[in-house]
Amino acid sequence: MNGHDDHRDGLGRISRRDFVRYGGTFGVLAGVDSVLPGWVHWAGAPPWREPAVLDGSAGPIELTIGETRIGIDGRGGTATTINGTVPGPILRFREGDEAVIHVTNTLDEDTSIHWHGLILPNAMDGVPNVNFPGIRPGETFTYRYPVRQFGTYWYHSHSKLQEQLGHYGAMVIDPAGSEPETYDREHVIVLSDWTFSSPYRVMARLKKHPDYYNFDKRTVFDFLRDASEDGLGRTVSDRLSWGGMRMNPTDISDITSAAFIYLMNGQGPDDNWTGLFEPGERVRLRFINAAAATYFDVRVPGLPLTVIQMDGQHVKPVETDEFRIPPAKTYDVIVEPGENRAYTIFAESIARGGHARGTLAPREGMEAPVPDPRERPLLTMADMGMAGMMGHDMGGMEQMDHSMHDMTPPDTAMTPDSTMSSDPMAGHDHSAMAGGAAAMTGMGSPLRPPGTLPEDSMHGEDEHGPGNAGVAMMATSRLDEPGVGLGEDGWRVLRYTDLEALEPWDDFRAPDREIELHLTGNMERFMWSIDGVKFSDAEPIRVEYGERIRLTMINDTMMNHPMHLHGMWMELENGKGNRIPRVHTINVKPAEKVSLLFHADALGPWAFHCHILYHMDAGMFRVVEVVEPEGGMGHHMHRGHDDRSGVR
Amino acid sequence: MSDVRVWSRRAAAFGAAIAVTVVGGSSPLAAQTMDDMIYTYVSFDELEYVPGASEEPVEYKGQMWIGGDFERIWFKARGEQSTLEHEGDFEGQALYSRTTSAFWNTQVGLRVDHLYGPGPGATRGHLALGVQGLAPYWFELESFLFVSHRGDVSARVEASYDLLFTQRLIVEPEFELNGAVQSVPQFGVGSGLTDFELGARVRYEIVRELAPYVGMSWVRLIGETADMARGAGAGVGNANFVAGLRWWY
Repeated sequence: MNGHDDHRDGLGRISRRDFVRYGGTFGVLAGVDSVLPGWVHWAGAPPWREPAVLDGSAGPIELTIGETRIGIDGRGGTATTINGTVPGPILRFREGDEAVIHVTNTLDEDTSIHWHGLILPNAMDGVPNVNFPGIRPGETFTYRYPVRQFGTYWYHSHSKLQEQLGHYGAMVIDPAGSEPETYDREHVIVLSDWTFSSPYRVMARLKKHPDYYNFDKRTVFDFLRDASEDGLGRTVSDRLSWGGMRMNPTDISDITSAAFIYLMNGQGPDDNWTGLFEPGERVRLRFINAAAATYFDVRVPGLPLTVIQMDGQHVKPVETDEFRIPPAKTYDVIVEPGENRAYTIFAESIARGGHARGTLAPREGMEAPVPDPRERPLLTMADMGMAGMMGHDMGGMEQMDHSMHDMTPPDTAMTPDSTMSSDPMAGHDHSAMAGGAAAMTGMGSPLRPPGTLPEDSMHGEDEHGPGNAGVAMMATSRLDEPGVGLGEDGWRVLRYTDLEALEPWDDFRAPDREIELHLTGNMERFMWSIDGVKFSDAEPIRVEYGERIRLTMINDTMMNHPMHLHGMWMELENGKGNRIPRVHTINVKPAEKVSLLFHADALGPWAFHCHILYHMDAGMFRVVEVVEPEGGMGHHMHRGHDDRSGVR
Repeated sequence: MSDVRVWSRRAAAFGAAIAVTVVGGSSPLAAQTMDDMIYTYVSFDELEYVPGASEEPVEYKGQMWIGGDFERIWFKARGEQSTLEHEGDFEGQALYSRTTSAFWNTQVGLRVDHLYGPGPGATRGHLALGVQGLAPYWFELESFLFVSHRGDVSARVEASYDLLFTQRLIVEPEFELNGAVQSVPQFGVGSGLTDFELGARVRYEIVRELAPYVGMSWVRLIGETADMARGAGAGVGNANFVAGLRWWY
C-alpha cells in the first residue's frame, strides 16, 4: 500500500483511507442505530450488496476490514466486513501467481486473515500469536505468497469471534493447465450462519448454560409417545442409558436456529440468492461452508450433484443427491439443469429447524418449492462409542477387511497382515503424557499400510480428566456412514468412502510414526479440548521436518468436529490406497476413529483446531510445530515442497 | 460478633488470593484462543412471595460465580424477609470452587447465618465443605458439611430435577434435608435430622434467562428440632403456595 502515509493527495481532498476512517464517524452520527443493540432494528434495513470479484492476477488486492450495517431478510445488523460486504469479495487467482494482498484494519481491535487451505510460507498463514502478531487497529499488513495450487478455498479472520460477524470470503484459484471437467458457467456459494446476538454473549451463554440454544430436548410427551410406540420397557431403558451418562441425544449443534439465521452468499432464506443458468448448461457450483458453528446438508431437488472437487482437490467425479458440508470444507459440484425452470438450492442445518436457501433459475425473480424441514435427528448408541459393545454393528471391521484386499499395494515393506494383529489397547497408554498430547506408536510395532482404514480400538484407561465427560469405549471407522440424520430419505448421500483422488499419488510413502489425538469435551461445562487439555494449558505437538506422520484422531465426544490442519495437506485414509483424497479439514463423527497422513514439509508453528469457532475458542486447538531435525536439515532436503503443490 | 468480623476479613483476603490465581498466568500463544476467559454468572434460582405463610415472606435463593473452567469463586445466598415487619433470616456463603471431575465441583469456604427481627438477633459463622454437581440421570445435587465457630457440626443435601413438559414449560421438583450433630437452641436447631423441604415449581422460560413460576413448598421440622418448636408454641410444618421469578445472567 504505497499511499499509506499520505493521508491527502496534492489537491487536499480526503483520500480513500481517510474516507474509510471518517466514514465510520459519519456512520455513527447518521445512523443512531449503529450504537444500539443488535436486536433493535429499523424497517429500512440496508439492501444486500453483492460481493465484488477481485482479480489477484491483475495486481495487488486491497482489503479493508471494518464495521458495516447489513440487511438480512429485511432486518438490520452490524457486521465485521471485508470491503463492506458479507461475504467479502471473491478473490480470484491463477495457479503460479504471486498473491499480494494489502489488508487494512479500520476496526478498533486487532484482526487477521487466514487463507484457508492454502499451502504458503508460515509467516503468511495469518494466525495471530502463532504466525504473526496480528493486524493492529489502523495498520495495513501485506500478505505476499506464491500461489502454488488451484481450486475453491476461502479466507477468514482468525481473531476472536470475528468470523461469526461476517469476516469471511471465497477464494477461487484457476489451474495453470486445463480443468478435467468442462462446464459452461460457475457460481460461488458461500454458506454461513448469522446471529443478531453478539457472539461473545453467545459464548458466555454456552459457558453458563450449554443447552441454552437446544429447544429440541425430549419432553414428557416424547416419553409417552415413545412408550406407546416402542413399549414402556424399551423407552425407560433408553432414557436410563442416556441419563446415566448425562448425555443428551438431541445435542447435535451447540447453537441452533434459535439463534441463527442461515445465509447463502450473505442472503437470508427470504432474500433468496439467485444464480442464473441457461437450460442445458453444465453449471459448476463451488460450495464453501463459512459457518462458525453449522453443518449443512446440501441438495438441489430435481438435480443430481456430480462432486468433482473436495477442499480444492480433484476427485474422481461421483454422483450423489445430497452431501453434508462441515464448517470450513469446500465441495465443487456440477449440475445440469435441463428444464427452463427454477431449482431450489437447499442447505439444511444438521440439527434441522433452519436452512439456507437460494435458487438456480433461468431468470431473476423466479423460485421453486422449498422442501419441508426434516425431523430432528437423534444420536444413537453408536455415537456413544458403544457400537462394538452392543454387538450388532461391526461394519467397520468388514469395511476394513474389504479395503485390505482392494488396496493397491503401496511402496512399503510392511505386510497387510501385520496390521490385523495389532493389540486393540496399543497406543493408549501414552495419552497420559504430560501436556504433550502427542502419542507415538509405531516405534516398536509396525504401522499398517498407508491408505487403509484404521482398525477399531477399545478406549484405554485414561479418560482425559475433568475436561472430558465420557469416552468412546469402542472407536470405529465411520467414513462409510452418511452421518446423523442422513441416509434414510430414499436418495443418495455422499460418504467419505465415495471419494478418491483423480490421479494416484506419486509419492505415497508409509508413515514414519503415528500421532494419536483424542477429541475431548465436557458438554455440561462447554469445555472443549484435545486429550482433555485445552490449548492454553498444552504444549505444541512437535514433529521433525521431513517426517511422514499418521495422524489418528478418536472422537470421545458426542458431537461432530471439523478438524483443520494449517500449512500441510492431510491425506484421508479412506481405504483407497494411493488414491486417497487430500483434505484441509476432516469431519470426525462421534466415537469415530479416523486417520490421515501428512508430510511435515513446512517448517514452523501451524495451527490445528476444530473449526467450530466456539470449540476452537474454548480450547480445542493445538500448535503443530515442524522443527528442524537434530543434525540439521541436510539429509531431508530432498523431501522438499515440490511434491506438495495442488497440482497433479 | 467480633470473631465473625475477623472471619469476614480472612474470607476477603482468601478471595483476593484466589482471584489472583484464577486471573493470572497464561502462555503468550494462548492469546490465540479465548479458552482462559473469566466469566461472571449471577442467578436467582428462587425469588418468590409466599402469601400463605404467617409473615408473608419473600424468600430467595441465589448464587454467583466468577472464574474459568477449573477454578471459581462462588457466592451463595438464601433467606427470607417478612413483608409485614423487619424480620427474617439470611445465609451467605463465599466458597472456592474447583472442578474435580467432569460433573463435580469441590467447594470450600465460609458460611454466615444471620437472624434478625423484633426478637433477639443472632449471627454465627461456619466453615463449609461440600460437593456440587450433576449426578447420573440428570439430578442436580449439592451436599455440604458445616462446622460452626462454636464447633457445631451440621450437614445439608439438596437435589433437584428438570422435567420438561415443553421446551419452555418445566416442572422442577426439589428436595432438601438438613441435619445437625449438636443442638443449637439459639437457632432453633436440635440434634439429629432437623428439617426437610419438598417443593415443586412450574416455570415458563420466556427466554432462558427469565422464567416466572408458581409452585408448592412443604417445609417440615423433624426430631428434636420439631420438639423444640412445639415447646416454643410454634408450628412444625406448613405447605405453601409460592409465586416467583427465576432469573440469571
